[in-house]
Amino acid sequence: MGGALKQTLQTLRRIASGLSERTIVALIHLCGISAIVFVFGIFFFVFREGSPFLRDIFDFRSFFLSEEWHPTSVVNRRYGILALLAGTGSVTVMAMLVAIPFGLGTAVFLSQFCGRRTREALKIMVELLAAVPSVVWGFIGLMVMNPLIVRLTGAPIGLNVLNAGIVVGLMSAPIIVSIAEDAIRAVPDTYVEAAEALGATRWQLVYRVVLPAAKSGLLAAVLLGVGRAVGETMAVLMATGHSIHIPFTAEAPFFHPLESVRTLTATIAAELGEAPRLDTGPGGIFPVEARHYQSLFVIGMALFAITFLISVTADLIVKGIRRKA
Amino acid sequence: MNDPVVPAPALSLFRATSFTRKKIRVQKAAGILFGAMACALLVPLLALVVYLVVNAWPALTWEFLTDVPQGGMRRGGIWPALIGTLYLVVFSRLFSTPVGVLAGVYLNEYAKDNWLTRVVNLAVVNLAGVPSIVHALFGVGAFVIFAGLGKSVLAASLTLAIMTLPVMIVATREALAAVPMAFRVACWNLGASRWQTIRTIVLPNSIGGILTGVILEVCRAAGETAPIMFTGAIFFKAVERWDFFPYSPREQCMALSYHLHAISTQVPGVPEPMLYATAVVLLGFVLAFNSLAIVVRFRMRQRKKW
Repeated sequence: MGGALKQTLQTLRRIASGLSERTIVALIHLCGISAIVFVFGIFFFVFREGSPFLRDIFDFRSFFLSEEWHPTSVVNRRYGILALLAGTGSVTVMAMLVAIPFGLGTAVFLSQFCGRRTREALKIMVELLAAVPSVVWGFIGLMVMNPLIVRLTGAPIGLNVLNAGIVVGLMSAPIIVSIAEDAIRAVPDTYVEAAEALGATRWQLVYRVVLPAAKSGLLAAVLLGVGRAVGETMAVLMATGHSIHIPFTAEAPFFHPLESVRTLTATIAAELGEAPRLDTGPGGIFPVEARHYQSLFVIGMALFAITFLISVTADLIVKGIRRKA
Repeated sequence: MNDPVVPAPALSLFRATSFTRKKIRVQKAAGILFGAMACALLVPLLALVVYLVVNAWPALTWEFLTDVPQGGMRRGGIWPALIGTLYLVVFSRLFSTPVGVLAGVYLNEYAKDNWLTRVVNLAVVNLAGVPSIVHALFGVGAFVIFAGLGKSVLAASLTLAIMTLPVMIVATREALAAVPMAFRVACWNLGASRWQTIRTIVLPNSIGGILTGVILEVCRAAGETAPIMFTGAIFFKAVERWDFFPYSPREQCMALSYHLHAISTQVPGVPEPMLYATAVVLLGFVLAFNSLAIVVRFRMRQRKKW
């Protein structure tokens, strides 16, 4: 491998030396700001496709506070995403019930309770867990968890909040583990040494010193886990059972994890293929059939906004830690 | 006769009191609890891999990899999907690797500590957090419709490229940051310009980290389904066996991840071993590449001279 690597390097070097320095520096600056361009591009193009809906029929109450989502109905077209929001919310809550304790517990174990070799081995495992593609997780939800849940809980169908929550929890745990471990590592050694000098055991050290000192980093880790769970698409598309339904009730037990739901992401993934993109008809007015396609982009904008807020908040928290340290 | 005898109470000073014993018991229990949590997270991974492979075993043959789908996806193999995934990975790399590396070089070598750099970093973080289905919407709006590419290998690859770009940028930035400043200073003192220093000293010394980033990107690009569903993946395309160039960049292609989704949710009556085998091939590809990245990183760390 070393020889091949050296050869590619040499070729790259030859190509690179052919370019003049000024061109390459300009190119570097251009690529440097490309991330900004793409983030704006994403917002712009999603907005562009969804804007006719926003302009003509969008209304906060009937969009966010109605649970009637009938985008293709002939007599009663409704675009209410409350049930979809509830679906996303319920799966995220369930996923976090799995991912937060196990993710943070693993992070604590990795950083405080095990030797170097064990840690290296476990970190590789966490990395591999993070690498499993979401469609494979969806497949696992569909083929493995589905019959298992039916057998264990007696639910009529195994594709539900519990199934998707466990799958998405396993998917978002690795990101929580790695960020939480970084946060724990960033706790100043002097804190740890002072506690050890006082005779604290590892456990006392963890819950009296390390966890309180790392708490904002742990919060950022949890936030990024939430972001991952909200944005997850293929796994929830295949494992939630795909019925538009609110799994919360006003009476106890309030939350029904054995009911099927549908999330914002899954709705886009399932319906975009069937929603036609139509141009304006006579008089510059869009035909009603065009609204479905546009409304899916409006959902996309809502998702973009949610994850944007989560990323920025998590980033500000992490930055705050770095400045203090 | 005054031998220095240690008085009895001093010995008991070092004997564990019930308080200390309790303390140590609690510590052990905590260690076991956290260890169990780590296992609970990682054992399912092993169990699932074993379970998938066992179920896929009857269908996992060389024929399965190299044959084309037959009988409405219910017989045959996955050759066109494999090649399609290869196409998407290669095309998206062609775009994303150079841009990502140069952006990483900018952030680590050129960027000053000002508001622009802060905005760029924020944008990278954000780009990494955008849900894959929103990337799909972007791909539809920007590449399929606005750029007029239509649903094609090109549109899907560009969408994937932008999705995987933050991984590449961050990997490059970290790899460059690991090169000691003294290397650069020494090079500048010999009269080399900034770019000459980067080209001859910084990049060669960080090639391992950059390579790791590329490999991780390959994994992600191969595994993603949502971004290609509406930008270029197709349910079926008639392809000859052993045909390595079945798709042109402006055509739609089959892809392994989309194929797995399609046959497990939209085609009734596909034999179960075939479903499992498709999942195992995809999972195996991704895990193998990820392990490769880990090996590269490990070897580079060993060879490091500073």
